[in-house]
Amino acid sequence: MLKIKCPFCGVRDESEFSCGGEAHIARPTTDLKLTDKIFSEYLFMKYNPKGVFLERWCHTSGCRRWFNLARDTVSHEIIEIYPMGVFPKTVKGKKAYQANWRRKSKYEAVSKPAKRTKK
Amino acid sequence: MAKLNIDRGTRAFTRKSKRYSIFSIAKNAASYHQKWQQAWRHAEPKSTYDAVIIGGGGHGLATAYYLANIHGITNIAVIEKGWLGGGNTGRNTTIIRSNYMWDESAAIYEHALKLWEGLSQDLNFNVMFSQRGVLTISHSEHELKGMSRRVHAIRLNGIDSDILSPSEIKKLVPTINIDPNIRYPVMGGFIQKRAGTARHDAVAWGYARAADELGVDIIQNCEVTGLRRNGNQITGIQTTKGFVKTSKVGCVVAGHSSIIADMANIRLPITSRPLQAIVSEPIKPILDTVIMSNAVHMYISQSDKGEMVLGAGVDKYNSYAQTGSWTIPEHMVAAAIDLFPFLSQLRMLRQWGGIVDTCPDASPIISKTDVKGLYFNCGWGTGGFKATPGSGHVFADLIANDRPNPIALPFGLKRFETGYLIDEHGAAGVAH
Ligand SMILES: Cc1cc2nc3c(=O)[nH]c(=O)nc-3n(C[C@H](O)[C@H](O)[C@H](O)COP(=O)(O)OP(=O)(O)OC[C@H]3O[C@@H](n4cnc5c(N)ncnc54)[C@H](O)[C@@H]3O)c2cc1C
Ligand SMILES: [Zn+2]
Repeated sequence: MLKIKCPFCGVRDESEFSCGGEAHIARPTTDLKLTDKIFSEYLFMKYNPKGVFLERWCHTSGCRRWFNLARDTVSHEIIEIYPMGVFPKTVKGKKAYQANWRRKSKYEAVSKPAKRTKK
Repeated sequence: MAKLNIDRGTRAFTRKSKRYSIFSIAKNAASYHQKWQQAWRHAEPKSTYDAVIIGGGGHGLATAYYLANIHGITNIAVIEKGWLGGGNTGRNTTIIRSNYMWDESAAIYEHALKLWEGLSQDLNFNVMFSQRGVLTISHSEHELKGMSRRVHAIRLNGIDSDILSPSEIKKLVPTINIDPNIRYPVMGGFIQKRAGTARHDAVAWGYARAADELGVDIIQNCEVTGLRRNGNQITGIQTTKGFVKTSKVGCVVAGHSSIIADMANIRLPITSRPLQAIVSEPIKPILDTVIMSNAVHMYISQSDKGEMVLGAGVDKYNSYAQTGSWTIPEHMVAAAIDLFPFLSQLRMLRQWGGIVDTCPDASPIISKTDVKGLYFNCGWGTGGFKATPGSGHVFADLIANDRPNPIALPFGLKRFETGYLIDEHGAAGVAH
């Protein structure tokens, strides 16, 4: 059983939370131009490491708010808890972010909002 | 639904001297069972193989056995990082059935069930396949309606499936409470009578012994740590016992599939989650069928030793620790007691977890990859034990002929690009 420190409510038992899976998956912005293969990487393929994993959790039976968690999938050690919309700060958390294959994927390269061309 | 003639192979156990039989038992009894031959050799890796199977679970061993027995490819090795069947094969609750709704699933699970029906003879090893029936009960009008739709779909594929009324269920399972005024009233159910259970370790051992007999090297305590490729072609594997040259690699590592895929820089839609089971202290025989309830979310059977075997759904987060969270067994036991109140008197003996390879559509992957000579068989998640013979059978065919046969074809990785998913989550809605 994990003990998770909700950033809003404090330490609670795992059973109060639900896990929302992998964090920091960016949606491709130029979908219509993507091949099915590249879009399927975004939609279906998973980063499934044996080691530090960045994931989203929600305090469903509490404040119902979302946050991010860096957790080791072997020891279950919680390394870092950080807000939605920001990146991990710990060394292990940063490394886990970079180790994810998505950082080098074709789809993520087109998931940043396209730059407007000047008229 | 796709159907294939079941080729059981002809090459195994042609040497009578090695067969188990009533005579070999009598002969060995005379020497106080001190002289039984080794079931399989203790092999060390050779430098080159025609094909290597990674993972010595049931699926990997079955693949090797059928490669040798049907396709005559015998210069092969099964490489296992721990001991045979120490993964999910030896951790599962052994439910076997083929009553799936989609045609693609029905085809592969029924293919497997047909192989199960002759497996002990094929392997000359008693896998204790017991067709005791799997009964799924329903607790509401709506569930019952959904069930009858499923039963008819399953029957259209020629697979046995019957609806039972509460009184018929009571006759089959005298310990069940069919009073309509309980919290989860039993409104009816459906049964596959040809379904049942088998002895998990025996499946691994039986396949290992038969494959070894055909010359397959079974290498334990040897972990695959890397894949080597030349351009787009697999050329070998790196292991803790050195480099092994081969041009065909079949990966059958269940919860560790993503780790091997990473070595080849390919992507899989797999997440690794713990799935748990518990068994009680042994009691006298009271339940000779398998019972599942989707609404209460548990399933239960009684082992030959007399233990009540309980299982439920997967844990909610990714993990490679073969334990799982305590909340799951807590729910499992609560659900079991709702259904069978007398269980509250029992002490639970053991709890464990296995790391299952769940797939977005709850269907397996039996596929070639973008790397030539690299094949994956994974994604069986919470319910692959029942498929063991069928999975090995079609995977061996894929590796030998470098093309999927009609049963394996729908389970390719391509389905995640084409959108042709085989959504068993929605269709069956049952675990295992
Ligand atoms: C608790 C539980 C209950 C279940 N109940 C049922 C059920 O009732 N019915 C059903 O049909 N299914 C059930 N399942 C699912 C079923 O157990 C699996 O789908 C099936 O056994 C998978 O078999 P496998 O041979 O593919 O995998 P495994 O038996 O897990 O074999 C994979 C092997 O690969 C090895 N390996 C991993 N990485 C490496 C490496 N790098 N190098 C070398 N070897 C490696 C592992 O050590 C392991 O032995 C259950 C699973 C669990 C955990
Ligand atoms: Zn909270």
